[in-house]
Amino acid sequence: MGLFLLARNTRGVVGESRFAWAAAAVFALLLACVAFGDLLAPHDPFAADGTARLAAPSMAHWFGTDALGRDIFSRVIVAARFDLGMAVLAVALSFVIGLAFGALAGYFGRWIDRVLGRVADAITAFPLFVLAMGIVVALGNGVSDMLVALVVIDLPFHYRLARSEVHARRHLGYVEAARLGGNSALDVLWSHIVPNVLPAMGVQAVLRLGGALFNIAGLSFIGLGVHAPAPEWGLMASEGASHIASGAWWSVVFPGLALVLAAASFNVLGDGLRAGLYPQRRA
Amino acid sequence: MPFVWKRILGTVPSLIGIVVITFLLSRALPGDAAAHLAGSAASADAIAQIRAQLELDKSLIDQFFRYLVDLAHGDLGLSLTTGQPVLHDLATRLPASLELGACALLFGLGLAVPLGVLAASPPEPWVDALCRGSSAVGSAVPVFVGGLLLIYVFHALFGVLPRPSSAPAVMGSTVVDSLFAREWVAFRSSVGRLVLPSMLLGLLALAPLARTLHGAMQRALGSDFIRTARAGGLGARKILYAYALRNALLPLTQGLGGVLGLLLGAGVLVEPVFGWPGVGAYAASAVLASDHAAVQGFVLMTALLYVLLNLAIEIARVALDPRVRFEG
Repeated sequence: MGLFLLARNTRGVVGESRFAWAAAAVFALLLACVAFGDLLAPHDPFAADGTARLAAPSMAHWFGTDALGRDIFSRVIVAARFDLGMAVLAVALSFVIGLAFGALAGYFGRWIDRVLGRVADAITAFPLFVLAMGIVVALGNGVSDMLVALVVIDLPFHYRLARSEVHARRHLGYVEAARLGGNSALDVLWSHIVPNVLPAMGVQAVLRLGGALFNIAGLSFIGLGVHAPAPEWGLMASEGASHIASGAWWSVVFPGLALVLAAASFNVLGDGLRAGLYPQRRA
Repeated sequence: MPFVWKRILGTVPSLIGIVVITFLLSRALPGDAAAHLAGSAASADAIAQIRAQLELDKSLIDQFFRYLVDLAHGDLGLSLTTGQPVLHDLATRLPASLELGACALLFGLGLAVPLGVLAASPPEPWVDALCRGSSAVGSAVPVFVGGLLLIYVFHALFGVLPRPSSAPAVMGSTVVDSLFAREWVAFRSSVGRLVLPSMLLGLLALAPLARTLHGAMQRALGSDFIRTARAGGLGARKILYAYALRNALLPLTQGLGGVLGLLLGAGVLVEPVFGWPGVGAYAASAVLASDHAAVQGFVLMTALLYVLLNLAIEIARVALDPRVRFEG
């Protein structure tokens, strides 16, 4: 949804600031890595070169090599597909589930609202990264388990926003009119209320992508979800961790830089999206 | 006082939610917990024996009550890696983590308050930029990457701080204990090892705190009572600290809850990087060893701690602003 709005109204979203254009450029670059990562990578991301272990950045290896002699530049590029794909998938799933539950709770209220509200409260009673850890470990420490954990810890935010936005519109004039016109409750909810809730939810979803990305990287940093030899930014930083004290900064800096740039471009674009959708709130 | 009781009672639903979720995480999720605990080489008999021992063959409700009874006795199971009860492991490592968390929070608040005040009072562009810049960096760099960079800069480049991985695994609150024992060598080394991780976590806390305080200060300074105070001829300093800052502290305490959750989660990433012997490093090594009881014990303990800290903040807010007493 966010992407659709972005594509249709790039100028409105990106605005005039150079900063936002830089973010859009980074975002485009990342999308290129996601789509054509295998073609863009100059080396095989899995090929270990025993003669060039922990080699510093050079013309042959722009970002240097890791402890096994694999090309970090290629691994950073190829990892974009997993990291960004996972972040988008997790937030999108959470968005859809949160929207469905939140819309039902906000529109019908009563026991649905109370039960779901309690569940959301129970989830946010945990420090969320710690809960994600617990879920991944309990489910068996695979990539799909990581996805479940990310969806669960993001759910309360989408749920609560959808609930409050739907709740506030429940008795507005056009909703009452649609109801009087003979539409069923679900019809009113789906065709008249939900479309009006989507913009706010979309902005929040884009703004949550950065956090989801850091959680993915953080979980794999401590050995959860993704496992070697998969190229993943957090896992790469973790593999470089034991060599940083002896000076091999490149094995941590470049995957870290990819994380920083990706998260920052998500945030700038989310802010731009908000400014484009709600011009009156532009500061 | 009835206010305090109300707030304490208000944590009950969260506590119930936490216990139910940790129960589900530790017992009832797909996958055979008994087979997992027995290990890959175990025979079918051994698995059945473990299943009976853990009462996994009983109904979910029975298991839940059994879990409650165990919790009431402080029984979180045995850690596979240390062979000790998980509760004992956590209790010996928690003081070190609290020490780190407290230092980080002090560092974060110590920077956030002056930054937030300076940036809001006569708006100076460079302070504003510093405030925005530092909070942007604090929230844009993943905490483990920041930690590794600090190690690179201070250890590999300048060599001023000890190599983190060579840290002796001392338990307990290392700084305070060595201070009381008057062991100055140990005290200096533990302070040296505390500096980088608390700076890092402090920067993580700084971003949201400075942003909250900045906004709150601007709102306070724009309000009518400040205009009145100014018209009454009070000095700029007095207005800034005695009137605006005091009113801005309330939103700051509201932001503090989220920051604590952030710090509790980040401990798992920061402590192993710096070799700090706290619960976060314990959980991280338990994850690597698939030590389920230890991980779930850590999750439960952290969540309970989080609820308690939030309760303490709620109660402290009444001291800052009596109006809170009448909210919901």
